[in-house]
Amino acid sequence: MHIDKLLAALPIMGTGYLGIFVVTIVIIAVISLLNKTFQK
Amino acid sequence: MELLIANFANITWQSVVMWLIGGVLIYLAIAKEMEPTLLLPMGFGAILVNLPIAVPGTGVQHVLGTLFDLGINGAELFPLLLFIGIGAMIDFQPLLTNPKLMIFGAAAQFGIFFTVGAASLFGYDLKDAASIAIIGAADGPTSIFVATELGSKYLGAIMVAAYSYMALVPLVQPPIIKLCTTKAERKIKMVYTGKPVSKRTKILFPIVVTIIVGLVAPDAVALIGFLMFGNLIRECGVLNSLSETAQNVLANLITILLGITIAFQMRAEEFLQLDTLIIIGLGLVAFVFDTFGGVMVAKLMNIFLPEGKKINPMIGAAGISAFPMSARVVHKMGLAEDNQNFLLMHSIGVNVSGQIASVVAGGLILSLVKAIIGG
Repeated sequence: MHIDKLLAALPIMGTGYLGIFVVTIVIIAVISLLNKTFQK
Repeated sequence: MELLIANFANITWQSVVMWLIGGVLIYLAIAKEMEPTLLLPMGFGAILVNLPIAVPGTGVQHVLGTLFDLGINGAELFPLLLFIGIGAMIDFQPLLTNPKLMIFGAAAQFGIFFTVGAASLFGYDLKDAASIAIIGAADGPTSIFVATELGSKYLGAIMVAAYSYMALVPLVQPPIIKLCTTKAERKIKMVYTGKPVSKRTKILFPIVVTIIVGLVAPDAVALIGFLMFGNLIRECGVLNSLSETAQNVLANLITILLGITIAFQMRAEEFLQLDTLIIIGLGLVAFVFDTFGGVMVAKLMNIFLPEGKKINPMIGAAGISAFPMSARVVHKMGLAEDNQNFLLMHSIGVNVSGQIASVVAGGLILSLVKAIIGG
């Protein structure tokens, strides 16, 4: 088992998963804004 | 007569094994209808590139090698062009109606990041670990794009695993969903309001998403850009013939070329390794933990939601990008628990958001790995 390689990958695991949520929350906010601005 | 049988001497047992693997892929495509559009060309291509030739790299190997260099290795043209077709096929309305569903698309990318760690633990270099992990994107073009960009030598195995598991979603996901949820949770009913979405919102959505993702994950901009370009063609309302061409002719043409070109990576000397089996195993890990991540985040949200507003945690599992199989799986499981529990519109909304989230995941992986290895 390559613990050293796992430790090197940890920043990608943490930052990557967190990053997706950040992008997603921004997109949700923008869609909500678009829906409110251009209500049918 | 000697001339006719001379090439028989070039047959190796490895070639024969690859013919059998090709035969199995063709069987699965035709008899089981598992992703036939890709598994059939890949299966036939696997037989084709493993026919014995006196000089490796000549003949059909040269033809497929040229297609590989032009369509995949050079500028990832095939996966990107395919994304225009996929973008034109997807109706984002269920997501635009209830944008909060996007959270589950993000949550269900957990398997990708978990598998980066698991593959690293097995000793794979960061670029190979990341390429293997992206099988969990449940999205063939994204897997090809990331693995090619990172220069992984396991592209053939990654592609076979990615497309096989996409076809196996109805078998892989239900046991994991059942393990993570109680019967009462699976019976939770969700009301679908179906609010109308304006045409302006539908047109602005692909443009805005491209800008946001392009700013945050510039390495994903080609993928998200082509996906959203296809969707803009669909939604603009003035390019119906282009939209139909993208959905049918373009997507079919690229799929034919993509399947048989990927087979170039299925040459016996590269494919028949222990690594291939490990990669297929790690691909399963990625799919399992994607499902786990989506369901668990839904359960977590339910802790804070009042009675009557609770989410059926099964829809979290639809956040993987395998469209529309995953949404159908969740819908069927809901009906199996209660024949009045219709989850389809919710799960479709989550499923299409998984398409966007998997591309963002691919872009973030590329940016982060390149930053660490200095690529």
